Amino acid sequence: MRDSFIKSLIDIAKKDKDLVLLTGDLGFGIFEDFENMFPGQYYNVGVAEQNMTSIASGLALEGKKVFTYSLANFPTLRCLEQIRNDACYHNLNVNIVASGGGFSYGQLGMSHHATEDISIMRALPNVKLVVPSSPWEAENATKELYKSEGVGYLRIDKTNGVQEKPSQPFKIGESISIQSGNDVCFIACGGIINEVVDSAKSLKRVGISSEIISMHTIKPLDVNILTKVSGKYKLVVSVEEGNVIGGLGSAISEFCMESGHIPPKFMKIGLKDIYSSIVGDQAYLRAKYQMDAKYITEAVLEKLAT
Amino acid sequence: MKKNINELIHLANKLRKHAVQMTSSGSSSHVGSILSIADILAVLYGSILKFKVKNPSWPNRDRFILSKGHAGAGVYAVLAESGFFSVDILKTHYQNGSDLSGHVSHKGIPGVEFSTGSLGHGLPVITGMALAAKINNQKHRYFVLMSDGECNEGSNWEAIMFAAHHNLNNLIAVVDRNMLQSIYSTEETVKLEPFSEKWRSFGWEVEEVDGHSCQDLFNSLSKGRQNSDKPLCIIAKTIKGKGVSFMENNILWHYRSPKGDEFNEAMKELDN
Repeated sequence: MRDSFIKSLIDIAKKDKDLVLLTGDLGFGIFEDFENMFPGQYYNVGVAEQNMTSIASGLALEGKKVFTYSLANFPTLRCLEQIRNDACYHNLNVNIVASGGGFSYGQLGMSHHATEDISIMRALPNVKLVVPSSPWEAENATKELYKSEGVGYLRIDKTNGVQEKPSQPFKIGESISIQSGNDVCFIACGGIINEVVDSAKSLKRVGISSEIISMHTIKPLDVNILTKVSGKYKLVVSVEEGNVIGGLGSAISEFCMESGHIPPKFMKIGLKDIYSSIVGDQAYLRAKYQMDAKYITEAVLEKLAT
Repeated sequence: MKKNINELIHLANKLRKHAVQMTSSGSSSHVGSILSIADILAVLYGSILKFKVKNPSWPNRDRFILSKGHAGAGVYAVLAESGFFSVDILKTHYQNGSDLSGHVSHKGIPGVEFSTGSLGHGLPVITGMALAAKINNQKHRYFVLMSDGECNEGSNWEAIMFAAHHNLNNLIAVVDRNMLQSIYSTEETVKLEPFSEKWRSFGWEVEEVDGHSCQDLFNSLSKGRQNSDKPLCIIAKTIKGKGVSFMENNILWHYRSPKGDEFNEAMKELDN
């Protein structure tokens, strides 16, 4: 996903000298091509995320289209007020890219587990929040966020998610159907969609058919698809690699409750409002914190049986 | 039309009267902070900044951000006196439904470049703006007015390092060095001294001026920067509450709104 983002950014920079990429001293070995090709459009601001975000806002006030880049929680939580007051309140074309969503850097410990960023960024007005579920989505989200007014948040993770390019075009706020089904509807974002695909295979072996939707944009949420699926399936399941409070699952349930499009059963898969103190690789931590394919399958079967 | 020194002094006095009136009728805080920077605002808007009141977003204008947003009433007053909008609008400051918030906001107010209120934002943002001008090879200048207390904020020092590293000689930071912050003096809170040396060691040129001398402020603010490769910090030595004897150097007037006899006495002093 990260490579797709950078490829996309290089494509944009070839056509637009007003694109500026800022990094908070992270991205060793991955920005060299960009820096060499567009030396006046790349700045390493140092380990200074507050300043990076304000600099980005200042550049955008003068007409630049800016991407800021860092890992995990650094470009979001560390500089949240700069995002809110400087970038969002002034509705600037500042796009924040966090590499290492969820447990991507699982072995590095809790500081590097991005598990509340979706919830917190979602609460800010003027933000478009994209959590791509494939490299193709990451590539296209980069282009779309660059073109759109206001602040973008692009959260990418180490797992690449689904690989097949869908037939429909990518649009911010329009979900993508990965596979169709009849019994259960999974709505997922991010690379963790892999776990959903695996879970759907397991469920199929016991006669349960699943639709899988990539809800790559958490904000604005694709409410049209929710109105369609809420009455069609026995169970709707949200899956995200982050806290279940305030994220994708919350966004779905808020819409369903308010609109009255309430599915017969609903379940949120994600981190259960705790800090992840155990370390391990991404697959290990997904299992440990009950969001891997095995857990999802068991949880779905239990939910369907109750 | 640029004002002469006497006209700048007269403008500063007008701003002080507006400050007392606005904070009185709005029952709002920070009159001392506004009085502290009245001369700096008068010199900037009266003789330094290039702008067009009929076209506030004129691309070649000089940019100004008030980073100590709590003194926003001073900016509203100087914009009104400069012709961006009617002086009558100042009466709405702090009132229900008004655009003129206690901390300076750009929404609905022509001439305000950027909204502030939380400290430590103005300098980093204008640093990004100044960088854009360098990238675009533009010649206008970038001014930010900060409080001394807000130099507690680490975000400022991130920007101070960045601006020097990138040789942003189009950037001028004016610090309102009145020595008082929210509860105690700056030196009792977390000491800033040796303040000039700090900025200088971070790679800036530093000038210390009398922040209530329009002539000194004009001399420092009008200097050409083309022969320097450094950003400039002007440490303006000021008195919080300047111009109203009982408000001077009294932290109470960071919060208190002048009412009744206090209001009358303040206006009387400013009329003399």
